[in-house]
Amino acid sequence: MKFLPLTFRNLLRRPVRTVLVFLATTVAFLLFGVLMILRVAFTMGVEVAGADRLMMLNKMGFIQPIPVSYIEKIRAVPGVKLVTHASWMGGIYQDPATNVFQFAVDPETYLAMYPEFKLPPDQKAAWLADKQGFIAGRDLADRLGWKVGQKIPIKGTFNRPKGGDGVTWEFNLVGIYDGGPEADKTQFLFRWDYLDENRTLAPGNVGWVLIKVEDASRAGELSKTIDKLFENSSFETKTDTEAAMAQSFANQVGNIGAIVTGISGVVLFMVLLIAASQMSLAVRERTNEIGALKAMGFGDTQVLTLILVESTVLSVAAGAVGLGLAWLIGLGGDPTPGYMPIWMFKTQDMALGFGLAVLVGLIAGALPAINASRLPISVALRRV
Amino acid sequence: MSFFKQAFAVILIGIYTIPQRLSSAGVAIIGIAGVVVVLVGVLSIAEGFEKAMVNAGRADRAIVMRQGADSELSSGLGGPEVDVIKQAAGIQKNGAVSVASAEMFVVVDVNRRSTNTGSNVPLRGVDSTLLAVRPEVKIVEGRMLNFGTNEVVVGRAASEQFSGLRVGESLKSGQTQWPVVGVFDANGAASETEIWCDVRTLQGAFRRGNSYQSVLAKLESPASFDTFKDWLSANPQVNVDVKRESDYYREQSRTLTGLVQGIGWGVAGLMGLGAIIGAWLTMYSAVVARTREIATLRALGFGSFPVMLSILGESMVLALAGGVLGGALAYVGFNGFQTSTMNWQTFSQVAFGFAVTPHLLTQGIVYALIMGLIGGVFPAIRAARLPISKALREL
Repeated sequence: MKFLPLTFRNLLRRPVRTVLVFLATTVAFLLFGVLMILRVAFTMGVEVAGADRLMMLNKMGFIQPIPVSYIEKIRAVPGVKLVTHASWMGGIYQDPATNVFQFAVDPETYLAMYPEFKLPPDQKAAWLADKQGFIAGRDLADRLGWKVGQKIPIKGTFNRPKGGDGVTWEFNLVGIYDGGPEADKTQFLFRWDYLDENRTLAPGNVGWVLIKVEDASRAGELSKTIDKLFENSSFETKTDTEAAMAQSFANQVGNIGAIVTGISGVVLFMVLLIAASQMSLAVRERTNEIGALKAMGFGDTQVLTLILVESTVLSVAAGAVGLGLAWLIGLGGDPTPGYMPIWMFKTQDMALGFGLAVLVGLIAGALPAINASRLPISVALRRV
Repeated sequence: MSFFKQAFAVILIGIYTIPQRLSSAGVAIIGIAGVVVVLVGVLSIAEGFEKAMVNAGRADRAIVMRQGADSELSSGLGGPEVDVIKQAAGIQKNGAVSVASAEMFVVVDVNRRSTNTGSNVPLRGVDSTLLAVRPEVKIVEGRMLNFGTNEVVVGRAASEQFSGLRVGESLKSGQTQWPVVGVFDANGAASETEIWCDVRTLQGAFRRGNSYQSVLAKLESPASFDTFKDWLSANPQVNVDVKRESDYYREQSRTLTGLVQGIGWGVAGLMGLGAIIGAWLTMYSAVVARTREIATLRALGFGSFPVMLSILGESMVLALAGGVLGGALAYVGFNGFQTSTMNWQTFSQVAFGFAVTPHLLTQGIVYALIMGLIGGVFPAIRAARLPISKALREL
């Protein structure tokens, strides 16, 4: 530790070079962080999915409905703790580009299913009292400037109301729910009973069913039991864990993991190359100094450590700044109009970033450090 | 003119001596190549997707959907409405029959071969005019489906990427079996990701009664679009939106293409900063290594501007090498790579190939040159400002 001042002196020997290497490394780790944020955003919550939640769709595909009568049958299955459902209404707020997706739900059970959605009790009471009421996520309400008490008209597409002009659904915003970074705060949730009683389509259907199980380790087995209940009926089902459903959805978007890993690899390789070449230049310039250190009694290992510490200090400091900037970007929230509801820089990813920063520093310094430690004093001192 | 001769001579010296600084030059080249690979690679995704979508649409076809629907998935048209639409002016006629196909569009769950997880694949119900409406479609394997049966024909891309969609196999959805009897080609367009069946059979299988989602009409000519549209808007029996098919698909590709391009340029922009620093360091080291040589040139009477140009020139040559290398790697690595993604308007799959176009390669190389230029500027100024007497004394 007492040689740390020497490390800083060495780093300041050519300040332009040190600053440039620092900046390049900072940019690389900032980029790494942003890519990790994008990966989480694109995989649509595979990693934030509840392990004890199952999702059930119509086996024919997600646009086919499930009869609401299934809910009671599923509730009776041993090991099932809670059942709720949701349906996509497909209406449009002002313009399709506003990206407002409305889901019809059963308020009590839906909120119980997603405890990460925090809704003030008085607003929940207001929702239960008002059939036309809906609640919006904090991000959605902020993006569109909605206030509690506002009336929001939604134009129906395939779901049309029986009354009124036959197109427009009227909703009252009765509450705004909040939640941590892992909660999707972009949802528009309204009451399924309102939809079902007023729509022109056949009543008694829901889009998908959500099931909370008592024991997460039995989730797979339970999925099969439930699907068996409805086998050979005219509405066969497909049940799986929320994580598996999210993964299958993410697979449909594309192999995001491979793309992110590929780009991160290129970026880290680039910065490694820059850092290593500059480190070896720096060591070559100081050959006679290293000779002097050795003549004063520094051992081979000490010289090796000194150089490794120098490259690692630089890379970790720059990595910290880059990852810190990425963390700030993670706090900033979704920069698109609602395409990426889960926008966060995960702690594991940050830890991985720090690990990589240490690794880059060690690898970049390795070759010059080994060369310097092996250098015989007489040769080093003779070199000018 | 001596100025240019000087500049040219100094640039040549710089370039001839690059091999002496190979490892340092390599850093600049590989850094810039890395950025170009990523930029061109990511943009080729957007380019390929757009191409598949735009290929699907033609200016002489119009798609009719219920008013307010932004995609076929959210549209719905009743049988009587469809009969009215088919009578509209501007539609091409084949004898007494309108060349217009009333269609139903649903999404079914089919496993993807590569991951063996479920995928949303479009299943389109078509009527017997389908080939007259879509003359570009050719059956390349097996035969056309027989109307009135459950037989389906499958797009080439869907047949390759999803399980159980080869000729002779059968798709099971709900209680219905759909035997695959043929594979069609549609010039690489998005429709090659679809499965087509008789719309009447599909209405039954999905309990939709006599309802449809869209009418695809072949127009007499691209110019008849207005006639067609005006006729429909003036008719009180129907309440529909009419779009030129080419515009419809272009709109559908906009969200994803924009998002991918935004990410591509964002990532390449940040990486570019890193590569500029790499080039800067390379040229900075070159100036440091050549201090005495540069000072000698200056003492011999070379001006400071030619010296500056030579550093910039060298930086641009390295950048060009990086750009070409990166472009070549992107072309070899990505061009034609087949994949599929989600069309967010219909939540269903669209297969496409990455397209590394000459336009993208040009963009990559121009970007490389810009990085080289910026990276070279400060070392060049430094070289030009080198005090001769002091620099000559340096070792």
